[in-house]
Amino acid sequence: MKNGIDEKDPRFKVANREALIGIILVIINFLWWFGFAYGMGSESVENYSYIMGLPAWFFYSCVGGFILMVILVIFVVKFFFKDVPFEDEGGESE
Amino acid sequence: MNWAVILPFLIILLAFFIIGIWASKPLAKSNSFLQDYFLGDRQLGGFILAMTMVATYGSASSFIGGPGIAYTQGLGWVLLSMAQLATGYFVLMILGKKFAIVARKYKAITLVDFLKERYQSKWVVLLSAFSIIIFLFSSMGAQWVGGGVLIESLTGMSYTTSLFIFALSAIVYVILGGFRAVALTDVLQGVVMFIGTLTLLIATIIAGGGIDNIIADLTAENPNLITPYGFDGGLKPLYVSSFWILVGIGVVGLPQITVRAMSYKNSKAMHQAIIVSTIVVGFIMLGMHLIGVFARPILPGIEKGDTVMPLLAMEVLPPWLAGVVLAAPMAAIMSTVNALLLLVSSAIVKDVYSNYIKPDASEKTIKNISLIVTTVIGILVFIMALSPPDFIIWLNLFAFGGLEAAFIWPVVLGLYWQKGNKYGAVFSMIIGVGSYILFDSFYPNAFGMHTVTLPILLSLVAYVVGSLVTRQEVKLG
Repeated sequence: MKNGIDEKDPRFKVANREALIGIILVIINFLWWFGFAYGMGSESVENYSYIMGLPAWFFYSCVGGFILMVILVIFVVKFFFKDVPFEDEGGESE
Repeated sequence: MNWAVILPFLIILLAFFIIGIWASKPLAKSNSFLQDYFLGDRQLGGFILAMTMVATYGSASSFIGGPGIAYTQGLGWVLLSMAQLATGYFVLMILGKKFAIVARKYKAITLVDFLKERYQSKWVVLLSAFSIIIFLFSSMGAQWVGGGVLIESLTGMSYTTSLFIFALSAIVYVILGGFRAVALTDVLQGVVMFIGTLTLLIATIIAGGGIDNIIADLTAENPNLITPYGFDGGLKPLYVSSFWILVGIGVVGLPQITVRAMSYKNSKAMHQAIIVSTIVVGFIMLGMHLIGVFARPILPGIEKGDTVMPLLAMEVLPPWLAGVVLAAPMAAIMSTVNALLLLVSSAIVKDVYSNYIKPDASEKTIKNISLIVTTVIGILVFIMALSPPDFIIWLNLFAFGGLEAAFIWPVVLGLYWQKGNKYGAVFSMIIGVGSYILFDSFYPNAFGMHTVTLPILLSLVAYVVGSLVTRQEVKLG
C-alpha cells in the first residue's frame, strides 16, 4: 500500500506475468544464440557447412535466431498479453 | 563538394526540420507544458513508440563504429552485436504495464520522478539527477563529434562549420517541439535507418558477387573471419556472452530508454511496439554489422574503422542513393542526441530546479527555463565538441555501463520488490557506479567478462542487502 500503490491491483498480476514471459524469452534467445554459435562454430573451418552462402552456425544462431525471436514475440504478444487500462478509473471498474 | 551525394542528404535533414516545427504546434496550446514537452502527453502510439526506442538506442556506434569493428573482426562481431536483439522486446516487457500504471499514478514525467515517489528520498533524486547530467552530457559530446565528422567527410567543409550545422539543427528541433518532435522525427529517422540498412546490404552483396563469393573471399583471406572467435581468435565465448548484459538486458536501466516506457498511450500501443521494435532492432543490427564484414573483400585495407560505412556507401551505390543511405547514420546520431539533450534538460529543470530550488515556480517560468536550459546545454556541448577533451571520450565510453549500474536495480526492483527501500537504492547506485569506476581503472574485463558485468551484480547485492538490513533496524528500533 506504499505511496498509494495497491500491490493487489489485478492489473499488476498481468504485468508480473508478462515480465516473467520477457525473462523466459531472453533465456530462450540466449541459449539458441549461444548453442548454435559455439556448438557448430567451434569445428574447424574446413568442416563448416553453408546455408544460403553463410556458415551454418551463423545462419542458425543469428539469422535463424532473429526469425525465431520475431515469431515467438508475435506469438506471446498475441496470445498471452492482456489489454489493461492504465488510468486509475479504468482499473477500479474491473 | 559532391552535390549528387549532398543534395538528397540535405533534403532528408530538411524533412526532419519540418516535422520538428509541425510537431511544435500542439505544444503552444498545451495546458500542461512539462508533461507535454518532456513526455509528449503520454499519447504515443505503438509504431511511434517502437521507432523512438529504436532510434534512441541505435546511435553512432550501430552505424559507424560497430560496422567498422565488424570489418576487422568478421562474423564473430556480428554474433556479438546480435545480443542487442533482446532490447527490442525485453525493456518493454520488463518495465511493461506496471511501470506505465505506476508512472501515471505518481504523475511521473521523468525517470527521476518515478524514483522520487517510489523511494521518497532526496538523496536518491540528487544522485540520479547527477548521474544523468554527468553521464549523458558526456555521451552527447561524443555523438556531436560523430555528427560533425560525418558532415565534414560528406561535404568537405571544415569541422567547425560542419559541427555548427549539426548543432544548430539538433538544438532547434528539441527547443521547438520537445518530446513530441523528438519522437516524431525519431519515426522518420527510424524508417531512414531501416531503409538505409536494407539498401546498403543489397548493394554490398551485389558488389561482392553474392554471399557465397564474399564468404569464399573472406575464408581465403583469413578463415578466422568466418568463425565466432574473431580474426585472431580473441573473442572468447564468455566475453561475447557478457555483452548480453551491457547491450541486452542492462538497457532496462538506461534513462533515455525508460522514459520512453512511460510515454505510450495504452496497452495496445505497447503490444504493437514490442513486435515492431524487435523486428526493426534485429534487422538493423544484423544488417549493419553484416555490411561491415561484407565490405572487407570489396574495399580491402581500410585502416580507420569509422570510415568503412561512408566509403562503402559511396563505392557501391549511385551518388544520390549514397546520400540517402548516409542520412541513416546522421539520423541515428541526431535522434540519440535529441533524446539526450531533452533528458539532461529535464534532469536539470524538472528534477533539480522544480523539486528543490523553486518548487512554487509557475508553469510559465518553468517553460522559459526549460527552453533556456536546453539552449545553454546545446551551446556547451557544441563548445566541448569543438575540441573534445580526452576525458570526455573516456566518460562517453563509460556512460552506458555507468548508467546501467546506477539505475537498473532501483528501477526494476523498485517496481517488483516491495521490500526495496531508499537505503537499498542509494547503496545500489553508489556501489554500482563506484565499483564500475574501480573495475574500469584497475581490473578491466574482470574474469574475461565485460567490465560492466560485476558492478551490475554487486549493485544487485547492495540493493537487496541494503534494503533488508535497514528494514530489520527499523523493526528493532
